[in-house]
Amino acid sequence: MPEGPTHSTVPTPGTAVPGRVVAGSEPWQPGAAAPEIASSAGGYVFFKPAEAAFVEAAVARLIPADELGGGAIEADVPLFIDRQLNGDFGNATRWYMQGPWGEPTKTQGYQTRLTPAQFYRAAIQAIDAVSTRMHGQAFAALNGDRQDDFLRVLESGAIALDGVDGQAFFGLLLQNTIEGFFCDPVHGGNKDMIGWKLIGFPGARYEQRFFLKAFNQPFPLPPVGIAGRREWSR
Amino acid sequence: MRKGAVLAAAVLFLTVALVGRAVGQPKTIRALPPPNVSGARFSPQQVAAGRYLVILGDCMPCHTVTGGAAFAGGRPIPTPFGPLVSANITPDRETGLGGWSSDDFYRALHEGKSRKVGNLYPAFPYIHYTKVSRADVDAIYAYLQTIPAVTSDPKRDQLPFPYRIRQLMAVWNWLFFEPGAYDPDPNRSAEWNRGAYLVQGLGHCGDCHTPRNVLGGAERRKRFRGGAFPGWFAPDLTDNRSVGLGSWSDAELLEFFRTGRNVRTAATGEMGEVVAYSTSQMTDGDLRAIITYLRSLPASPEATVSLPGREAMAAGEAIYRDQCSACHRMDGSGVRRLFPPLAGNANLQQANPRTVARLVLVGAQTMPTDPRPTAFTMPAYAWKLSDRQIADVLTYARNSWGNRAAAVSAEDVAKLRRQLKPRAAIAPVPRGSMLHPAPGTLAKPGTDSRDNGTAHAGRAAAPEADRNPRNTTGPPGNMDLPKHKPHRHEAQGPG
Amino acid sequence: MVPLSATRLPSIDVVLVGFGWTGAIMGQELTDEGLSVLALERGPWRSTPERFPPTFAQDELRFYYRHELFQRPAHETLTIRNKPSETALPMRVLGSFLPGTGVGGAGVHWNGQTWRFLPSDFKARSHNAERYGAAAIPPAMTIQDYPLTYDELEPHYDRFEYLCGIAGKAGNLNGTIQPGGNPFEGPRSREYPTPPMPQGYAPTLFAQGAERLGYKPFPQPSGNMSQAYTNPLGVQLGPCTFCGFCEKFGCGNYSKASPQTTILPVLLRKPNFELRTESEVLTINVDRSAKRATGVTYVDAEGREFEQPAELVVLCAYALHNVRLLLLSGIGAPYDPVSGTGVVGKNYAYQVFSTVDVFFDDKILNPFIGAGAHGMVVDEFNGDNFDHSGLGFIGGGYISVLQTGARPIQTHPTPEGTPNWGSAWKRAVAQNYLRSTFIPTHGAVMSYRSNYLDLDPTYRDVYGRPLLRMTFDFGENEHRMSDFLTDRAAEIATAMGATRITRNYRKGSWDVVPYQTTHNTGGAIIGDNPQDSMLNKYSQSWDVPNLFVMGASAFPQNAGYNPTGTVAALAYYAADAIRTQYLNSPGPLVPA
Repeated sequence: MPEGPTHSTVPTPGTAVPGRVVAGSEPWQPGAAAPEIASSAGGYVFFKPAEAAFVEAAVARLIPADELGGGAIEADVPLFIDRQLNGDFGNATRWYMQGPWGEPTKTQGYQTRLTPAQFYRAAIQAIDAVSTRMHGQAFAALNGDRQDDFLRVLESGAIALDGVDGQAFFGLLLQNTIEGFFCDPVHGGNKDMIGWKLIGFPGARYEQRFFLKAFNQPFPLPPVGIAGRREWSR
Repeated sequence: MRKGAVLAAAVLFLTVALVGRAVGQPKTIRALPPPNVSGARFSPQQVAAGRYLVILGDCMPCHTVTGGAAFAGGRPIPTPFGPLVSANITPDRETGLGGWSSDDFYRALHEGKSRKVGNLYPAFPYIHYTKVSRADVDAIYAYLQTIPAVTSDPKRDQLPFPYRIRQLMAVWNWLFFEPGAYDPDPNRSAEWNRGAYLVQGLGHCGDCHTPRNVLGGAERRKRFRGGAFPGWFAPDLTDNRSVGLGSWSDAELLEFFRTGRNVRTAATGEMGEVVAYSTSQMTDGDLRAIITYLRSLPASPEATVSLPGREAMAAGEAIYRDQCSACHRMDGSGVRRLFPPLAGNANLQQANPRTVARLVLVGAQTMPTDPRPTAFTMPAYAWKLSDRQIADVLTYARNSWGNRAAAVSAEDVAKLRRQLKPRAAIAPVPRGSMLHPAPGTLAKPGTDSRDNGTAHAGRAAAPEADRNPRNTTGPPGNMDLPKHKPHRHEAQGPG
Repeated sequence: MVPLSATRLPSIDVVLVGFGWTGAIMGQELTDEGLSVLALERGPWRSTPERFPPTFAQDELRFYYRHELFQRPAHETLTIRNKPSETALPMRVLGSFLPGTGVGGAGVHWNGQTWRFLPSDFKARSHNAERYGAAAIPPAMTIQDYPLTYDELEPHYDRFEYLCGIAGKAGNLNGTIQPGGNPFEGPRSREYPTPPMPQGYAPTLFAQGAERLGYKPFPQPSGNMSQAYTNPLGVQLGPCTFCGFCEKFGCGNYSKASPQTTILPVLLRKPNFELRTESEVLTINVDRSAKRATGVTYVDAEGREFEQPAELVVLCAYALHNVRLLLLSGIGAPYDPVSGTGVVGKNYAYQVFSTVDVFFDDKILNPFIGAGAHGMVVDEFNGDNFDHSGLGFIGGGYISVLQTGARPIQTHPTPEGTPNWGSAWKRAVAQNYLRSTFIPTHGAVMSYRSNYLDLDPTYRDVYGRPLLRMTFDFGENEHRMSDFLTDRAAEIATAMGATRITRNYRKGSWDVVPYQTTHNTGGAIIGDNPQDSMLNKYSQSWDVPNLFVMGASAFPQNAGYNPTGTVAALAYYAADAIRTQYLNSPGPLVPA
C-alpha cells in the first residue's frame, strides 16, 4: 500500500441532502431556459359560447376599431383573456385564498372568494340576466350605443348584479382588456403588435441606448415581440 | 474477408471513440488533492513535480465526476455506441492504481496498454502522452500514488459488442499510433522545444484541434487546423489571421490561458475546462513556451467562400439587431472581456460552424477563473429561433464587419439540434453533497472583500472604458375598488 | 422549540436566513473571516440565463402583472388594516408593495436607485427638536435617533457603492461641494466608482425646468451601469442598454447590480460557503436561558424539517419577514401600542408617493428608452434640506423624473377629463404615449405609536403559522409633506414647458392597492438601549447576542430616499463589528 494518507469511499449521490444545495459554481445546464408562451392555436378553451359572445362584444366597445386602426377584437384580446382565465391567473394560483372572508374597508383590496375565472363566469351570467330583463336580449345582441350605456352604468356601480360586484367586474375586464391589447404577443393578445404600433412602443428591444440622445425624434425601429417580427423570416 | 470485417468494425468504432469528449457535463472547479509525502518512497520534489505535470496534462476533469472524489474516475465520455467511462487513478489497490508499478504506468502512457484491461481506447490520449519523458511520467506516478486512495470501481466497459473488444485496438494502433518520446529539434530554441513538448505531449492539444481522416487518424499535414467532434468544432490554432491565432498578440494569448478571457473571446465548454484545470495553473514560462510553439505553426490556407444570399443576410441582420446587439453591439465590437466581439472573431469564422451554432442553440457559460470569476452566459435560443433563423443570423455574423465565412445552412443547424436535444424547460437545480470549489480563493490576499477599491491581481476598481458609445392603470388586484380615474401613483419602483 | 420530527444536521459557524443583498454581503464578509457559512433561502435558485435572459425577460405581463419574481401570497402573505380598531384582512393579491423571494431577493428586481441618507436623517428626533422646538414632534410620532452617525456609516456606504459600481456624481467630496452633484448630501470620501448615467430627453427637460427655478438637479445615483465595471472582488458588470425593463424585472445582460452580478460568482466558489435553496426557516431556536440562539429549524421543498445548529444566526430576510420570524420565535418583547412598551414590531414605517403628470404637444420623449435609475433629481425638499418653519410637518422627499421605461400596460397616460375606455380613450393614449412623462415625489414616512407589526390572530400561512399583521396609516405630517412636494413638482413641470399637467395628490388612508413602493421599514429597530429598540448599533439583538438582524427593519423611521444603500451599509457595518470585535469576544458589543 503506498502512502495514501486517507481512504474514503465515494458517497452515494442523493443521500439525505437537506434542501437544494448550490455551491462551487453557478448551476447551469445547456439549453436551460424558462420561456412562457401561451398557445393561441384553436378556439376558446375556457369560455362557453355565451361567455365568448359577451367578452367579444364588451372588449369591442372598450377598445374599438376606429379610424386609428384595429381594436381589442383585432388584437385577439378575447383569446388572450380566455388563455389567462384557463391558467394560473384565472385560478388565482398565486393568491391567498384562505378564509375567513371578512367585510373589507375601502383600503383592504381584493377580498372576494371567487377566482378570476369564477368571477367571469358569475358576472357574465348575471350581466346577461340583467340585460335580458331590461332589453329582452343578452348584452352581445344589443346595439353599440346600448352596450356603451350598459358598460357605463356597470362601471359606475349603479347596476346591482346577482351575487357579484359589477363595478369590480368591470374593473377586472377593463384591466384584462388593456393587458391583452398591450402585452407581448406570446400571450395571445396584441396580435401583429397592433397595440404597440398604435402608440409607438417598440416592444422587447434589449438595445435602446443608441437612441437615448436622439431628442425629439421618432424611434427608427419597428416593434418586436419576444417571438420576433416578420422580418426575421424570409 | 473476416479480417476485413474486423478492420471495418474497428475503424467505424474508433472514428467515434477517438473523438469522444465528455461534453455537456459542466464541472465545478476543484483544487487538486494534496499529496501525502511522509513516506520515503518518493521525494517531495518528485511528488510536487508530478502534481504540476498532472495540471499540464489536464488529467483531473476526465478522471473526476461532478461532486465525486478527485481522480476516482467514472466520468462518462459519450459515443454513439455507449459511454466510455474514465478509470479510477487513485492509489486504491483493488479499484485504482494501487497495484501498479511505475513501469506499468509508463506502459499505459507510452504504449496505451493497461496492466488490468490490456489495450486502452484512444479517448485516453496515449497517442500524445507517448511523447512524455520517462522522468515526467515517473513524477506523475509519484503524485498519483500519494493522493488519497478512493475505492470506486466505475463500470467502464459499457460498450456493446463488438466495440467492447479491446483487442481491436491493436489494429488501430498499427495503423495510426507512433509510439516514441519527444525528440527535440536542435535547430529550434529551448523555449520552442519546451512548447512543442507540452503541446504535442501532455497538453494533447491536437486531440481536439487537429482534424481526423475518415479512419480516425490524425491528419498530420493539417495539424492544428481545427477538429470536429460531436457538438463542437475546436478551432484552428495556426497563424491564419481570420480563423487561427494569427491576429492575436502574445499578450492576448497569455491572458486567455491565464484567465479564460481576453478582448477576443471567452472560454466555454471543453476549452473552459482546459483553462480552469490546466492553463490557468501553468507557470508563465510554460505558457510562453506554448505560445512560442503555436506561433511557429504555418498558417492554414484561406478558404474560398461564395457570397451569402441577400435574403439570408437581411433576415440575419433583423435577428441580430433585435437579439444580439445588446451584448455583442451592432458593430460587432462586443464589450471588452465580457461579451466577446464578433467582428474578427475566429471561432465564428471557422469553416465548420458547429461550435457557434451550438452556442446559439443551447447557450454557453464562460468558465469562471479566480481572476475572472463571473460566469457570463450566452442564453439558449433553441426554443425561440427556427433552424433557418439560426442559420441566417450566423450567416449574417459570419459575413459582417469584415468577417468572411461560408453561409450556414438550416440543415446543419437542424442536425445539431437533433444531436443536442435542447429542452426548453428549466433544468432542475442539481442536488448533491457540498462541493469544494475554487483553488485558494480564501487564502489569496486581495480577495478579502475589505480590500475595497484596492488593486487585486491587476484589477483595481477602476472602471473599464465603455467602447460604445403615467397615468397608469392599476394591477389586477384592484377589483373591489375600481378607480374611476386610473391609478396615478404606481409608477415608482421598488428602488 | 425544535419540533421532534426535525432531523438534526451538523453544526456550522454561521447560518444566514434569507439570501438577498444582506445575505450575500454577510456571506462574503464572514467567509472571508474563515467562518463556515450556510445560507438558507426559501425561494429557488435564480440566474440570468434561465430565469430572466434577454430572450424573454422583457415580458411586462408575466413579470409585473403576474408577479413571477415576487413573493406568492398563497404561500405567505400578511394581514393589513389602517388602525388598531379595524379587523385586519389578508393581502390576498400583491399590490402596494412587492417583496421578493428566491436567490438575490428583491435585489434581482430593484431599480438600482442607490442613496445615502442625510446626516440629519440619523438624528431625526434630536435634530428636528433642536431646530424647530420639541413641539414640532407630535406626541404620537415615535421617531428616534439612530445609534450611529452618518460619518460612522460613510465607509460602509462607500464599500457598497464600489461593490455595485454605482454611477453618479458626488455633490460633497470631503466637505467640498461639487458642481453637478447633490449639494445636500453628506460628505463622501471619494467620487462614485463610475460616471453618471447619460440622460434622455425627459430627465433633461426636468433638469432644465428645475434649474430655471434655481434648484440644483443632479443625476440619480444608479445601480444600472453607465459603463462596464469590474468590482473590487473581480466580478464584472456590463453597460446598461436602456432596455426599459428594469424595475420589477431581472436584468438580462448583467448591467444591473444585484447579488448575482456583484458577489455570488466569488462567494459560490468558496469552499466554506454553501447555499441551500427552497429551504424556509420556520423558527430561530434559542436555549433555555433565551439568551443564546442555537440555530434554526427549516423546512425544505419536500416538507422535511431540519434543525441546523449554528454559532451565529443572521437574519437576512426582507424587513417584514425578519420581524415575523422574531415574533414566531419568541425573541424580544412584542411591541404593545397601548402602553408603548416592547420592541418587536415597533415603528413600522413606509413611504408616501405622489406624482405630477406632464404632457407635451410638441416633444417626442421616447419614454420606453429607460433604465431603473435613469433620471434627474432635485433634493431641495428632502429631509431637513429646507426650512420647515410654519409648514406643519417635518421631513421631505426627493422630486425627479426617472425614466425607467414606459411599458404600455402600466403606462399609457391620458390628460384629465379623458374617458377610461372607448375611442376617445384610445385616441388620447395614441396621442400622449410618446409625449408625456411624470414627476414622482418620494416622501419619507415618520414612525407613529399606532403603526406597528404583530402576529395576526386569525390568518395562517401554508405551514399553519400566524401571518404577520400590519397596522398602518399615513399621518397628518405625511399628507402635508406630500402635498407640499406635489406642489413643488408641479412648479417644475410648468417650468419644463409642459402643455398640460395633472397633480395627483396622495389622498386618504394608505390603501393596499395600487402599487406604491416596496420600502417597508422598522419593526426590529436599532437604538441606544434595550427599552427602545430591538437591536444595538451593530444590528445585534440586545437579548440574544449571537443573533444579528439585517435589513430595513432596523430603520427607526423611514427617510425620503430608497433604502437599499443604507440597508447594505448597515450590513457592512455589522459585518465589520462581527469580524473585528465579536469573534474576538463573543457577547454583547454594546453594554445594555
